Amino acid sequence: MIATLHRFLGATGHAVSGLMGAIGRFAAFAALTVSHLFRPPWYGREFALQLVQIGWLSLPVVGLTALFTGGALALQIFAGSARFSAEFAVPSITAIGMVRELGPVLGGLMVAARVASSIAAEIGTMKVSEQIDALRTLATEPMKYLTLPRVLAATLAMPVLVAVGDAIGILGGYAVGVTRLGFDGSTYLRNTVDFLEFWDIASGLVKGAVFGFLVALSGCYFGMNSGRGAQGVGEATKSAVVLASVLILSANYLLTEAFFSA
Amino acid sequence: MIRVSDLHKAFGRKVVLDGIDFALERGESLVVIGGSGTGKSVLLKCLLGLERPDRGAIEIAGLTRPRPHELAAHVGMLFQGSALFDSLPVWQNVAFRLLRGPARMGKAQARAQADEKLARVGLESAVGDLFPAELSGGMQKRVGLARAIAGDPPILFVDEPTAGLDPIMAAVINALIREIVTEMGATAITITHDMRTLNDVADRVAMLHEGRFYWQGTAAEALSTDDPVMQQFTQGRTTGPIPTLR
Repeated sequence: MIATLHRFLGATGHAVSGLMGAIGRFAAFAALTVSHLFRPPWYGREFALQLVQIGWLSLPVVGLTALFTGGALALQIFAGSARFSAEFAVPSITAIGMVRELGPVLGGLMVAARVASSIAAEIGTMKVSEQIDALRTLATEPMKYLTLPRVLAATLAMPVLVAVGDAIGILGGYAVGVTRLGFDGSTYLRNTVDFLEFWDIASGLVKGAVFGFLVALSGCYFGMNSGRGAQGVGEATKSAVVLASVLILSANYLLTEAFFSA
Repeated sequence: MIRVSDLHKAFGRKVVLDGIDFALERGESLVVIGGSGTGKSVLLKCLLGLERPDRGAIEIAGLTRPRPHELAAHVGMLFQGSALFDSLPVWQNVAFRLLRGPARMGKAQARAQADEKLARVGLESAVGDLFPAELSGGMQKRVGLARAIAGDPPILFVDEPTAGLDPIMAAVINALIREIVTEMGATAITITHDMRTLNDVADRVAMLHEGRFYWQGTAAEALSTDDPVMQQFTQGRTTGPIPTLR
């Protein structure tokens, strides 16, 4: 009995200390990345390239996700509000739902799937093929050349992606509202605009920036710490997507609590 | 030019380098031989500052225990798999430091220098516009070598230059390394387990065995010595003092 308890406590302690160590390493990686923002040299071309890779090329997937989510949201809210004869609230609740929650969270998750995986795979492959070592021998700090441009680009691109996703999501709700639920087009738009507040939109954009930071950071962290061979890179890619997704969902709760709790 | 004394490096309980000592003068070409997993690459990484030794002293080009960025102006490195940057065209790989370093130059000038180095390793300027994935293994080695000599470094490190190449291409790469080392007057360390590289490139040979430089001498001596460890290695025998399961 005592031996079993001893083993259990030992295993628990080991797991907790392992978790704390992992959190510490990730936090230190984040701090190091941010510190490079204030120390030259900076690689503007890499940053611009990543803006295109992460921002521009993610537009289709974020836009499509938002379009269908906005449409489905309008249908669900209509079905729910009809029980209380509150169908008039469909435009405003669809809009609020999109800009506060679904736009940033689903956009973030889609970008996590697309970007965190590709960053981890790319940097992981560079590590196992000695390209990271080659960078160092060419007097180029990999954190500065690879990590900072990606993290900065994702942090700045995500709010724009969220804003575009919000607009497309609201458009999706509008299309469904007008064509399937019998709303008048101008009334739908007026209800959307009248009930949306600045902070509804701004909070979603702030969330987007935080999610972008976390997504790129996860990809870079696991890429830089990738194990050897195809299995190591595969593991890094999987871990990056899982961590980025979990961080997005948990950060979303914390940010929502901070922004909107009474 | 390069001085190493009492260099130790272990990974966990596995001791890889167990007291390496050597000195290399300007213009000398040392070839380090040894079986797979004996620490040849680790030795180069310690010299380059990519791995931190547990103990010992390293002095390269007057720098004590230098870090990679401090060595960049002094050392060119050809990696085993060439380690070319996939996302950049060949000429930008060659001119990587010229485009970014403290002595950064304009694109046109960097391109001209890259073309010059590509020509030096036998590649046409048009190859500069290709991406590494479009090149054969031999061409990638040439590009890696062009990148290593792009800044005309006084020291050249080469890791397994003939790995994965056919015998003809291996001979071409060996000859190129020898020519460039002689022409530049560079101090070179080449690690290999290819006897042809030993013959073609070495002024001096060192055998890395059990974490130490077990044997040192000229290439001719390496091939004619009656030392059982050296004989087993140079003749590729499966029986002898070197375990085959490692």
